[in-house]
Amino acid sequence: MDILNTLVLLANFVFVPAIAYGSQLALGALGVTLIYGILRFSNFAHGDTMAFGTMVTVLVTWLLQSWGVSLGPLPTALLALPFGIAVTAALVLWTDRVVYKFYRKQKAKPVILVIVSMGVMFVMNGLVRFIIGPDDQRFADGERFIIGARDFKKMTGLDEGLAIKTSQGLTVVTAVLVVAALFWFLNHTRTGKSMRAYSDNEDLALLSGINPERVVAVTWILVAALATVAGVLYGLDKSFKPFTYFQLLLPIFASAIVGGLGSPLGAIAGGFVIAFSEVTITYAWKKAAGYILPESLAPDGLLQLLAVDYKFAVSFVILVVVLLFKPTGLFKGKSV
Amino acid sequence: MVGGYGRGPDILHGVTIEVDRGEIAVIVGPNGAGKSTAMKAVFGMLNVHSGSVMFDGEDIRTLTPQARVAKGMGFVPQTHNIFTSMSVEDNLEMGAFLRKDDFADTMEQVYDLFPILKEKRNQHAGELSGGQRQQVAVGRALMTQPKLLMLDEPTAGVSPIVMDELFDRIIEVARTGISILMVEQNARQALEIADKGYVLVQGANAHTGTGKELLADPQVRKSFLGG
Repeated sequence: MDILNTLVLLANFVFVPAIAYGSQLALGALGVTLIYGILRFSNFAHGDTMAFGTMVTVLVTWLLQSWGVSLGPLPTALLALPFGIAVTAALVLWTDRVVYKFYRKQKAKPVILVIVSMGVMFVMNGLVRFIIGPDDQRFADGERFIIGARDFKKMTGLDEGLAIKTSQGLTVVTAVLVVAALFWFLNHTRTGKSMRAYSDNEDLALLSGINPERVVAVTWILVAALATVAGVLYGLDKSFKPFTYFQLLLPIFASAIVGGLGSPLGAIAGGFVIAFSEVTITYAWKKAAGYILPESLAPDGLLQLLAVDYKFAVSFVILVVVLLFKPTGLFKGKSV
Repeated sequence: MVGGYGRGPDILHGVTIEVDRGEIAVIVGPNGAGKSTAMKAVFGMLNVHSGSVMFDGEDIRTLTPQARVAKGMGFVPQTHNIFTSMSVEDNLEMGAFLRKDDFADTMEQVYDLFPILKEKRNQHAGELSGGQRQQVAVGRALMTQPKLLMLDEPTAGVSPIVMDELFDRIIEVARTGISILMVEQNARQALEIADKGYVLVQGANAHTGTGKELLADPQVRKSFLGG
């Protein structure tokens, strides 16, 4: 019984949250890695692109809610999501045309593009705060739990409950669908293959008649979709606050780099590595230890390696370690 | 042709190269003679300041390399000439990117020419041996059904046996009516299969003739073929 209780406890506080968070990071990191692979720079504006996409989705959700539209047990935000993606795609395509294209024409070095993307980041940052404000916004509706802790206890007769939030289930399902669609697109369509070819060998892609501007445009649209989906899922799971999305940049970059920049598979693996590290290191293991260890060995402290406030340190340390010892990441991306 | 890279100084000081349909023309010469540069000039990768580039009776001097591919020129660079992270078949498909029609026939022809590629069609091109990579590179360029195929040192870094095999394949390609323009380090073997040979020295034509004539020319033998 104690073993089962421990497992349920860990599932509730470690596995389920980490899988949901990992999926969100993976989606975010996929966007970063696509930009890096195709446009060859680290896009610092990615966190704020996520914030922008989420903001549009939130606004449309509110509009739909005011009209009384709902998806029943599912959040209304799902209906608003396509609008969020479309508006974000329009914004990033416009940004590309007025900002990045200029530097691409000049064949600017990646480091210059990074600085340019920081400029874009500040502008998007301001835009989002200007429109929706810096505060926390809640936009989740529908059924809150797929299974609640109390129901779980009643069903199984265990002391520990397992709660799975709708947003968590939705995150995992959506992430799987989006990733499957993305991989199918990259591996089996002409446009997707031309993107991989361009990322692999730009000069040869040009020789083969692949139009770089088209590849870049398709990339931005995919990135807008990935960023908006990631942002909305994160917002449904926690809440929407522009500053939090800006802070997400660190774990997202850590995920992309741990997996290997430019490698989509790596971005997904990296997302889960970062999420699980963050959650396990900031989790207080006292109760779990209490179940397994004999009473005499029960710990006095919380058995928490790091306070939750310092969770970003986890990504940061992993990032530094990977860059020191395996700069190409787990899946052999490009070194930074 | 007279020309150079960007606004830099001229590297080519009057080079004339000509290939007729179904012929193999080979450019040889010492290091730094401008062999690759001459080929890049034909393909539009550097500025030709004076002279002309004629293709199929049309002056194409102002066209971009991509537009020249569409006109029927295929180019195999010396290095980085395949998509290493993609399968052999995807490499060929990307070679045919400009084509809107069905290219399955052409792919079958390429596989007939290089049977090993058919065997490894689903393998990543980056995992292949040097000789097989060159076959992928040539196959990719053939996918547009070019009238002229340009090869920049196709045998660089492959073993002598593979080199002979590659030359055999190149002859086969030429027999199908595709003109070949090739830069080669292995001057003797290349001239043996050449209908036309050009010896370049310091960015200008030094000797011109059929492959056999150049091989027999005592001066060419002495300076470039090691006696």
